[in-house]
Amino acid sequence: MSFVSYLINGVSLGSVYAIIALGYTMVYGIAKMLNFAHGDVIMIGAYVVLTAITSAGMPPAAAVLAAAVFCTVLGVTIERIAYRPLRNAASPLAVLITAIGVSYLLQNVALLIFGANTKSFTSVVPIPAVTLAGGQLTVSGETIMTIGACIVIMIGLTLFIKKTKAGQAMLAVSEDKGAAQLMGINVNGTIALTFAIGSALAAVAGVLLCSAYPTLTPYTGSMPGIKAFVAAVFGGIGSIPGAMIGGILLGIIEVFGKAYISSQMADAIVFSVLIVVLIVRPAGILGKNIQEKV
Amino acid sequence: MKMKKVLAVALAAAMVMTAGCGGNGKEEKKADSDKIRIGAIGPTTGGAAIYGEAVKNGAELAIKEINEAGGINGVQVEFNFQDDEGDSEKAVNAYNTLKDWGMQALLGTVTSGPCVAVGEVAQGDNMFLLTPSGTAVECVQYDNAFRVCFSDPMQGIESAKYIGENGLATKVAVIYDSSDVYSSGIYEAFVKEAENQGFSIVAAEAFTAESKTDFSVQLQKAKDAGAELVFLPFYYSEASLVLRQAAGINYSPIFFGCDGMDGILAVEGFDVNLANNLMFLSPFTPTSEDEIIKKFVTDFEAEYGHTPNQFAADAYDGIYALKEAMEKADVKADTSVTDVCEGLKSAMTDISIDGVTAKALTWEANGEPSKAPMVVKIADGNYAVVE
Amino acid sequence: MKKMSKTTKNNFVTYLMVILIYAAAQTMAVSGSMSSLMQGLLVPLCAYVILAVSLNLTVGILGELSLGHAGFMCVGAFSSAFFSKCMVETIPAAGVRFILAILIGAASAGICGILIGIPVLRLKGDYLAIVTLAFGEIIKNIVNILFVGKDSNGFHFSTKDSLSLGLEDGGKVIINGPQGITGTPKDSTFTIGIILILISLFIILNLINSRSGRAIMAIRDNRIAAESIGINITKYKLMAFSVSAALAGVAGVIYAHNLATLTAQPKNFGYNMSIMILVFVVLGGIGNIRGSIIAAIVLTLLPELLRGLNDYRMLIYAVVLIVMMLFNWSPKAIEWREKHSLKSKFKKKAEEV
Repeated sequence: MSFVSYLINGVSLGSVYAIIALGYTMVYGIAKMLNFAHGDVIMIGAYVVLTAITSAGMPPAAAVLAAAVFCTVLGVTIERIAYRPLRNAASPLAVLITAIGVSYLLQNVALLIFGANTKSFTSVVPIPAVTLAGGQLTVSGETIMTIGACIVIMIGLTLFIKKTKAGQAMLAVSEDKGAAQLMGINVNGTIALTFAIGSALAAVAGVLLCSAYPTLTPYTGSMPGIKAFVAAVFGGIGSIPGAMIGGILLGIIEVFGKAYISSQMADAIVFSVLIVVLIVRPAGILGKNIQEKV
Repeated sequence: MKMKKVLAVALAAAMVMTAGCGGNGKEEKKADSDKIRIGAIGPTTGGAAIYGEAVKNGAELAIKEINEAGGINGVQVEFNFQDDEGDSEKAVNAYNTLKDWGMQALLGTVTSGPCVAVGEVAQGDNMFLLTPSGTAVECVQYDNAFRVCFSDPMQGIESAKYIGENGLATKVAVIYDSSDVYSSGIYEAFVKEAENQGFSIVAAEAFTAESKTDFSVQLQKAKDAGAELVFLPFYYSEASLVLRQAAGINYSPIFFGCDGMDGILAVEGFDVNLANNLMFLSPFTPTSEDEIIKKFVTDFEAEYGHTPNQFAADAYDGIYALKEAMEKADVKADTSVTDVCEGLKSAMTDISIDGVTAKALTWEANGEPSKAPMVVKIADGNYAVVE
Repeated sequence: MKKMSKTTKNNFVTYLMVILIYAAAQTMAVSGSMSSLMQGLLVPLCAYVILAVSLNLTVGILGELSLGHAGFMCVGAFSSAFFSKCMVETIPAAGVRFILAILIGAASAGICGILIGIPVLRLKGDYLAIVTLAFGEIIKNIVNILFVGKDSNGFHFSTKDSLSLGLEDGGKVIINGPQGITGTPKDSTFTIGIILILISLFIILNLINSRSGRAIMAIRDNRIAAESIGINITKYKLMAFSVSAALAGVAGVIYAHNLATLTAQPKNFGYNMSIMILVFVVLGGIGNIRGSIIAAIVLTLLPELLRGLNDYRMLIYAVVLIVMMLFNWSPKAIEWREKHSLKSKFKKKAEEV
């Protein structure tokens, strides 16, 4: 029985990684940049929800919407000011470093506005926990909600990219920016749209992260951000279903590692599995392995 | 190639400019030479900022009160708090900044690792050091260093004794942060003392700074091992998650924490019912009826808008201890660092203060305070001292 | 005198710059016009310069993104501090002990570099980056569960806690898990640091300008073409990676012997530090060794010199970092700079005449 409950715990944790990884992988897939500030946008989103609920007295659904709008604006602004000028820089690393700068900036802005004190986040998930096997197993409402949200977002994103004109434009931009421009696609607009969607997803992820693990500090986003990055690479970065699978697998491995090997070594175990997976499948579980041509 | 050159020039220019600023910083130091200068170090940015911020607030409140009441030996006090980001190297930088500023005595550092590093340098300079919350044994290894809080081993031993002597449980589980000096220090002392106290450790599970959101496995293991009491030697911020997750799996043993647990009820938005029956070792209870504590809590709330925790209380007492000792050693604005240190070293063992963390608080020459830990139990969303 | 080639001249300027910085700092220190803050920063600066220069070998010359550089620093720091702590009584001469410690730190980090390099260097791009990050975190995690003690029966090891070492009375714990090593002798000095910087520069600059260095850059520019002309890819990649790791180990030795306490925290040996070193490299110019030195110095000094801003310190630091990146890397800013730089103005004038 404990095996099943560990599995449930793993899926719960993994679903949170998955929902963050979706935003990561979406931005990476189209804009081809690792947005290290993604975790911090998540944190900002959570603070917006918290403030909207406690100070402005908004109902949770409206607060989440407000956070999504706020993060969208924030994401697009960051892209415009900090990332776009470096899109054609001599090295792709330049924009990576700027993203780190943005990450520090967001953390410190939050520190100044909200202070360092831990805030407890009240869950906004209306679904009650489900008990199975005569009360021995519980699946929390947050987990159900997060997995549901993951699936909806995954399907939504896939359909959006496959079926809509804007989505097709994104695909084209991700394949070849120059060619896309020649075909009359507004590259800057498309990438801004990518950031808008990615940041809105970050707001949703922030709400679900803080509903599941209800403490909020200015540094809440950074560690889950890195873990989600690992999850995205695990599943094959750029692949939307890969992010979901990678996230959930990462959660399960982490929990099983703690449960059956050693709780002190949990991080080492997670990262070792990642290394083994990447050595066997160098582009992640669902990633495309592009052969180099001369 | 050309671009790189331009860049090198730009950076070099920036360097010269910053180096210039460094020179200027030195001249500011003599500005207020008619005041006693007390420095403090702690994290106000980074993951440990909660604790640094609390110490900063507590100390500043005490300084304000002292200055309003006429200062120390009739001399006003100037206070300077520097950020160390919770890192040893940055703490030494902060220490040197304060030294340049003209610090005569140091309150700090807030966290253990940096405190050991700064302690080494302070010993070399013969700078008096009083740490409000550096709990590691090595923090006060030199004779110029004292502390306000309990040491790690002391907390571990006292907790184990309390649990054993009151027969709270026979099967105990421990969850601790294996990447943290404070938490692992208490854990080790606790496990060692447990052998003498007639209870057994049925599960000892760790977590690390990288994975401190999910405690489901650790709790599940404690539950499966039948632990009646779970010992949580870490800070309230993580503990609030542990309590919530334990409620999620319908596991309700006795939870027992250390001084880091204090402040849990002040977490904004925390469901206090989760903390019912939580016990912890603490020197400070903000709800106490004691006059001094009441005044401190009221003033603190008026100033900063939230309830002080034990870090703020330790810092508040620390500043008053410095005041008392400085009065005894007759420290003035122009007393040299060495004279201050020598004076305070002997004065510290003579003074006795009625602080917010203890009545008649005194110090041994080895730097340890003599105060008895209280066990606090949370009932109906309030702290209550257990006897 | 034979005319110096452009690279030799360029390298010469780099060495000269380091020596001049040393001379200036020493003069200031001796004449007493240097603040304690600056004096305290001299040794850490040496460590960061070596880290930046060594990472530039991996990122700039080998062309692979590594996010685990702090891991090698951690190995160097802990192995050497362990050695020094054990040998404090056996070898009382600080100089000899420290030289041995440096060699041990460099060797153990270099060996780790080879062991990690073999699997890691098969990967490419971001996947390689994430695996190096993973190794860095694994190293930090392992160091945090390592307990080593010593008594009359020799060394005892444990991965659980210091109690399970089973030390007899009088035995002492040397590496105490998360509490790390305390009481490492303070052997690092500014002079030794500068000598180590010069040695690192000598190794890296000579490697770059050697046959091996050209092979490494050929791999960076076009792996398949390099392979087709018979360059042994694995060998040269591994060479660059392990040299880079060994030098990071040296930086770790300096770091460890400058502070009385050595703990493996996310702040000093985690991915945050690896990223910080990468920031030095990218800001200074990828492949530009001299740029790395300057960037490491500027970015280490910046937060300290901003202390006067109190609460706004790290905020301003972040803003400055972003602005510097935009200024140095954005194509538009580069164009603007070239238009307005003094050099181009002189050129224009020359043309007019």
